[in-house]
Amino acid sequence: MSYNWNWTIFWDLSPTGGGTYLHTLLVGLFWTLTTALCAWVIALVLGSIIGVVRTTPVRWAVRLGNGYVELFRNIPLLVQMFLWFFVFPEFVPQNVGMWIKTMPPPWGSFVPAVLCLGFFTAARVAEQVRAGVGSLPRGQQLAGTALGLTLPQTYRYVLLPMAFRIIMPPLTSEFMNIIKNSSVALTIGLVELTAAARAMSEYSFQVFEAFTAATILYLLTNAVVVFGMRWIERRVSVPGFMGVAVKAAAH
Amino acid sequence: MFGNFDWDVIRRSLPYLFRDGMTFTVTLTVLAMSGGLMLGTILAMMRLSSVAILSRLAGAYVNLMRSVPLLLVIFWFYFLVPYIGGYLFHQLYLLNPNGIGKVLVDAFGYQVEAGRPIQVGAFASSLITFTIFEAAYYCEIMRAGIQSISRGQMYAGYALGLNYWQTMGRIVLPQAFRNMIPVLLTQTIILFQDTSLVYVLSITDFLGAASKIAQRDGRLVEMYLFAAFVYFVISFSGSLLVKRLQVKLAVIR
Repeated sequence: MSYNWNWTIFWDLSPTGGGTYLHTLLVGLFWTLTTALCAWVIALVLGSIIGVVRTTPVRWAVRLGNGYVELFRNIPLLVQMFLWFFVFPEFVPQNVGMWIKTMPPPWGSFVPAVLCLGFFTAARVAEQVRAGVGSLPRGQQLAGTALGLTLPQTYRYVLLPMAFRIIMPPLTSEFMNIIKNSSVALTIGLVELTAAARAMSEYSFQVFEAFTAATILYLLTNAVVVFGMRWIERRVSVPGFMGVAVKAAAH
Repeated sequence: MFGNFDWDVIRRSLPYLFRDGMTFTVTLTVLAMSGGLMLGTILAMMRLSSVAILSRLAGAYVNLMRSVPLLLVIFWFYFLVPYIGGYLFHQLYLLNPNGIGKVLVDAFGYQVEAGRPIQVGAFASSLITFTIFEAAYYCEIMRAGIQSISRGQMYAGYALGLNYWQTMGRIVLPQAFRNMIPVLLTQTIILFQDTSLVYVLSITDFLGAASKIAQRDGRLVEMYLFAAFVYFVISFSGSLLVKRLQVKLAVIR
């Protein structure tokens, strides 16, 4: 192949200023993680609320929740990104829209990206939460009622603690998805890890080194998330109740 | 509030959006699905194979593809495919300079001889990317499908004197496909939505077309809302169909 490899490129200074190419990539990683974490907070809170609502006996609320999930699952993430970035500011009061549009970088693209990823992932978290609550035996809710708990109390003390433990593995993959999906924010100008690698490849012409480094950083991030979530899973597992505890004992 | 909007821009650009854009999107989706499904099935068979190196290789491939963002993979292949193509063509040329080598030189000129990166069109590049990327996801689905068939069927096949390929091709895979049709179709709807990401290569897929009109006419709001609406209608009707199919298949089983 007629490609000139140069693995020391990471220690060269980037023409954008602010340090070496490696530094550029690490700053990108920082924005990837910050975006993902902020969006995850929205996704988890909103997704849990919507997921829980969909398991209640309140008809209209269930329908509303279903509508939310279908809406956000059937529009490509990239299109949603554009909607938050270009369209959303036009539909809020004019001074708010102006304020959003004139936010200095990187906030101008960071805020829409976080909102977009948060609301998008909330739909997927809602699916998991609903499945988790649905997988519990019916008797648990009845038992809660029999103990004299109200519906919110039954959810708070009986159903949700177990449901969230059950859905830990799918939530882990949703969290990894949000990290990966944050790369879509490069289309609205957020310089996260993929965009940083792209910029590095454009300035240095060392395309494959840049992408290899980004790939490795993503793989490392994934490994950390998997181990972290497994640790949490084991910490919160209820002994003798579920597969998690059994697996932990087998280790 | 809607006074400043010009919804007529959608009507004016409909032919361009659907004839150029949507055709690209649908073609890419269908071809990448076929390719991804084939490659994914092979990967699934490798993953379940008793040959340790095959299952390790397939496992590593799937894990790698599933832990990096699709956008990064798109960039990777956009730059990598020309080099791989150049390398392969060069090898073919060396192998048989008079026969196939001559054909290649005639078709691609000096590039083959030098082993230089070849020109790959945007369509070919994105098709290769999506096939290779989606194969990892189809692999996981097909693996679950194959595992849903009881092992006894494999043994029964062997007992009848069929070999591995016959047992797989005639007994296990047809059933695995049928059981997994709803999941495979759901994955294809996701693929249909994901193809919008070729936007980053400035390709005129449906979203690319909408975005070009939006920027040319300064009608971002109208065009992006319309694009979202079209994607929603197609994906939502697709998932409704899948749900109905699921009910039907569940009855048969």
